[in-house]
Amino acid sequence: MRVSAHRADRVASVLFHFAGWMSVAILAGIFIMLLLNGALVFAQITPLEFFWGFQWNPAAFETPHFGILPLVFSTLLVTFGAMLIAVPLGVATAAYLAEVAPVGVYRLFKPFIELFAGVPSVAVGFIGITVLAPAIARIFGLNNGLNALNGSILLALMALPTIITVAEEAIRSVPDTFREASYALGANRRTTLWRVTLPAAMSGILASIMLGLGRALGETMTVLMATGNASAFPNGFFDPVRTMTATIAIELGETAQGSTHYYALFAVGAVLFGISMLVNILSERIARRYRYKR
Amino acid sequence: MRSFFSFVILILNCWACHRGGHSVENIHIKGSDTEVNVALSLAERFMEKAPQVSIAVTGGGSGTGIAALLSHKTDIANASRPMKPAELELAESRGIHPRPIVFGMDALAVIVHEKNPLDSITIPDLGRVFRGEIGSWAVLGGPDVPVSLYGRQSNSGTFLFLREKILHADYAPALKQMNGTAQIVEAIAHDPAGIGYVGIGYLSQAEKTLPEHIKVLRISRDSGQTAYSPLVGTHIQEGNYPIIRPLYQYINGSPNGQLHDYLMFTIGAEGQSIVKANGYYPISKEQYMENLQLLDVKMAAN
Repeated sequence: MRVSAHRADRVASVLFHFAGWMSVAILAGIFIMLLLNGALVFAQITPLEFFWGFQWNPAAFETPHFGILPLVFSTLLVTFGAMLIAVPLGVATAAYLAEVAPVGVYRLFKPFIELFAGVPSVAVGFIGITVLAPAIARIFGLNNGLNALNGSILLALMALPTIITVAEEAIRSVPDTFREASYALGANRRTTLWRVTLPAAMSGILASIMLGLGRALGETMTVLMATGNASAFPNGFFDPVRTMTATIAIELGETAQGSTHYYALFAVGAVLFGISMLVNILSERIARRYRYKR
Repeated sequence: MRSFFSFVILILNCWACHRGGHSVENIHIKGSDTEVNVALSLAERFMEKAPQVSIAVTGGGSGTGIAALLSHKTDIANASRPMKPAELELAESRGIHPRPIVFGMDALAVIVHEKNPLDSITIPDLGRVFRGEIGSWAVLGGPDVPVSLYGRQSNSGTFLFLREKILHADYAPALKQMNGTAQIVEAIAHDPAGIGYVGIGYLSQAEKTLPEHIKVLRISRDSGQTAYSPLVGTHIQEGNYPIIRPLYQYINGSPNGQLHDYLMFTIGAEGQSIVKANGYYPISKEQYMENLQLLDVKMAAN
């Protein structure tokens, strides 16, 4: 009996190790493949042209241009806008659900939020074209609403469930002793939430924001449908944008393997990968700083 | 991008042939999204007549279809543009001899919002608009609002066709590249300053009623010449409407067996009536004769 339990332990341990290393290996494989393919683009165009080019037009009528600045800027603009909306809204909602909401309200809200995480991105994109874009155009007096703002709002909606769920969990996991100590010192609920609970949960809240950010950075279909995809350099939230993800999705399908364009798209993918890795490393750093000591 | 959606739209029955005990003959058709609906209708009708044949029709874009033909992955490549020189070279190096069978004519319609006072536009002006050289509708006699351009994405045959035939240069960078014809129509219906292009099949299919808030411009070859509407069939058949293009079915070499029969069916009377029912225009007598030559049909005593 004891022997078989030991064996089961060992088998489980091997399995879990294998699973852990597997995910690391797959990630490394993806990154290496992106890098190797992407690096080949520099056989034909200079890094300066690629990283500091203001024009992306690989299938041009005359001279093709492979500058990724407009793509990077588009992605960052849309993601930044999305976070501007989603972070305050998401964290506030999480705090409300965890600390304030009566049970009845909580039971009503929670399933809706979780359900929203499952809405397919094509559906969100479609709503963006048919409902949100015309509304934006009307409100701001524009001709059309297929712009960065549209994408930002939609991405914010898509990042919200992630942020709310993870942040709520983080706030709930703050030990009650913290709150009790705060009340004992005479603080009211608002001060306790604002000065004690939220700071204590900061590392988890930051993690939730980073997860939401990752969701927004990598989202493809919604921005492809709802942001206009114009290749001109965007000047602000009212201009159409063409994100890195949308560009890859649009163009990779019909690019001849081995062409400059093909490798350039891999290089764009590698840059995107680099950006999200940077975000993750930064968030890890920040989260560690805010982690409270037990 | 479209290839992401290119799912097998139709893989139909061979139960009939199994029952009959004949061997099945498979035909693969792949390519243009513009042609996919009409190809489906043709394939369905043909399989009703010849149940021993199984035809699979897939979309994905003209370039995707041609690429498949060049790697022996399809029997027919549907294309809404002729093959590019680079593609022809590649075909030659691989021992493939593409032959274009034209089975219908498509017209590109230029659409604007119904509130736009413009009713017609010349070809040179259209080029200037899409090259981004006309910034305001005031230049063309409209209100002073900036022109808002809509087009397809760069993997679309329509995108390339317009660029080669009308623009002769790159599109304006401000062109919003939409993910399909339906999205162009949807966007322009909400954008009073919008202008875009769509295949005529898309407009005339919907039970002869135009989508809401959309106006189709009449087009003239140059200023001072008559402007024609693509919604009138004779304007296209007689070659008066300036933006027309043939719809191709590319095959490799001389077809035989059911493939030959299928191609004959598509250009024959019944096939052409299906082409028409799908909103496109039938081929001319000359095109028909050219097709017969490409299909190695011996001309009879006439």
